[in-house]
Amino acid sequence: MERYYQKDIETMPREQLKKLQSERLVKQIRHVYDNIPYYREKMDEKNVKPSDIHGIEDLHKLPFLSKADLRDAYPYGLMGKPLKDCVRIQSTSGTTGRRVVAFYTQHDIDLWEDCCARAIVAVGGTDEDVCQVCYGYGLFTGGPGLNGGSHKVGCLTLPMSSGNTERQLQFMTDLKSTILCCTPSYASYLAESAIEAGIQDQLHLKAGIFGAEAWTEEMRQDIQNKLGIKAYDIYGLTELSGPGVSFECSEQRGMHINEDHFIAEIIDPVTEEVLPYGSKGELVFTSITKEAFPMIRYRTRDICVLNEEPCSCGRTHIRMSKPMGRSDDMLIIRGVNVFPSQIETVLLNQGMPANYQIIVDRVHNSDTLDVEVEMPTELMSDTVTDINKKEKELIAALRAMLGITARVHLVAPKSIARSEGKAVRVIDKRKLY
Amino acid sequence: MIINQISVFLENKAGKLAEFIRVLADNKIDLQALSIAESQDYGVLRIIADKPEETAELLRKQNWPCSVTPVLAVTVPDRPGSLTNILAILADNNVSLSYSYAFLSRVSGKAMVVLRVEDNESTMALLKNEGIL
Repeated sequence: MERYYQKDIETMPREQLKKLQSERLVKQIRHVYDNIPYYREKMDEKNVKPSDIHGIEDLHKLPFLSKADLRDAYPYGLMGKPLKDCVRIQSTSGTTGRRVVAFYTQHDIDLWEDCCARAIVAVGGTDEDVCQVCYGYGLFTGGPGLNGGSHKVGCLTLPMSSGNTERQLQFMTDLKSTILCCTPSYASYLAESAIEAGIQDQLHLKAGIFGAEAWTEEMRQDIQNKLGIKAYDIYGLTELSGPGVSFECSEQRGMHINEDHFIAEIIDPVTEEVLPYGSKGELVFTSITKEAFPMIRYRTRDICVLNEEPCSCGRTHIRMSKPMGRSDDMLIIRGVNVFPSQIETVLLNQGMPANYQIIVDRVHNSDTLDVEVEMPTELMSDTVTDINKKEKELIAALRAMLGITARVHLVAPKSIARSEGKAVRVIDKRKLY
Repeated sequence: MIINQISVFLENKAGKLAEFIRVLADNKIDLQALSIAESQDYGVLRIIADKPEETAELLRKQNWPCSVTPVLAVTVPDRPGSLTNILAILADNNVSLSYSYAFLSRVSGKAMVVLRVEDNESTMALLKNEGIL
């Protein structure tokens, strides 16, 4: 039987939930307008007053908040409570510009930990469980969030933080951990290490909560098989609280958004037009319960799809798909939105290496899309026919995924430049501006 | 006889073949035969060299995608009509040929022809039966 951490909220009829969201939104907008000059200026600029906001149907009238706004307002410009009411900060790694510093009141931390507790109970967690948290502790939200959620559920919590794999495996076997919380790539690594050490049969794990980075369905299957567990996704961002903005239930088909705290919208990243459920677009969140650091229509840059179909688990909160890419990376080719991550998925599914480069150009007023991918030695054949056949399969798979035709070029291994940080995946030679 | 041919992936770029052949030279690998099949972006270079498995391993380590394929090699007397004979036998028995090339055998000093067929064993048996091998 499905279990819930906060059953009344998690299974609340949608009409009632929308009413709750509306009440909270109206209150939150009044609060930010009165107390945060940054928001007041943005709203005045758009000529929107708190009195124009009567419920979630008016959400679209409000201005968006972007990562650039967070930079402008750094560090105190978006605070909804005086510093003396705040008890904690968390921060991002700052890989895409200046780091985000988010503030929390005790109330904010409480609600955040509730969200994480919902995720843990959704994967079957109870006070009988041993929850091993190997997300980083400290400024990163992963460790503190799941740690707090685990306490709320009453699990025996192992605050391992990240790294030191040998010690992780020792605690995992000695203390019989049943729930593992970490990044999917670290879960993969732990699984490999457990197999290498020959201790798979000494593991007591039943579930894993893996988030903070992109992972594929294939990776989920692989982790599930190797560790003999069910692997669940969790989503969040520091700007909103941390992990637990949304989480997967036993269905493992999309993550339920904690809609009593966050209102989700999908927009076209270019026109900023709000799109209906089921459309692919950029995810936008409004935090309606956050006190210290409220986000109003915050553009996450994550591209995904919202699904409002009822879920068999009984939760009424809508589900979001795994993020399919970042709107910053989005290319518009022949009028079609293309994400590099879609191309990567096709290549990996087709047994190709992740060493590729996407070249976009414009020839005779028409966009061209070329994908260069390094030739894996496993694909080598003594005939050109065999290799051409593989190229054609790649082209067909790309067309099925993207809806447009890409030219595929096999190139020599190591011929695509590697860089220390993130690889340059896209070269756009079009001079459109 | 059946010999192991190495097929190597080469990009269609100036100097690529020279770069590859230099790798063989640097590793003192003797090349007996070479043939190229080309496509738009790349070519498949087929070579007959010493110690094909070891050579292929060495090439893979140096990031040259390659594969080893057993192919049929037949000695052909150096006189008009001798290759016709062999090909007629294949045709009469419905054996299709993917590709073929000739080289001079260091051992026998005679011309040899590589025949890429679906089934090496049965084709070899067929040619033996016809008195070719």
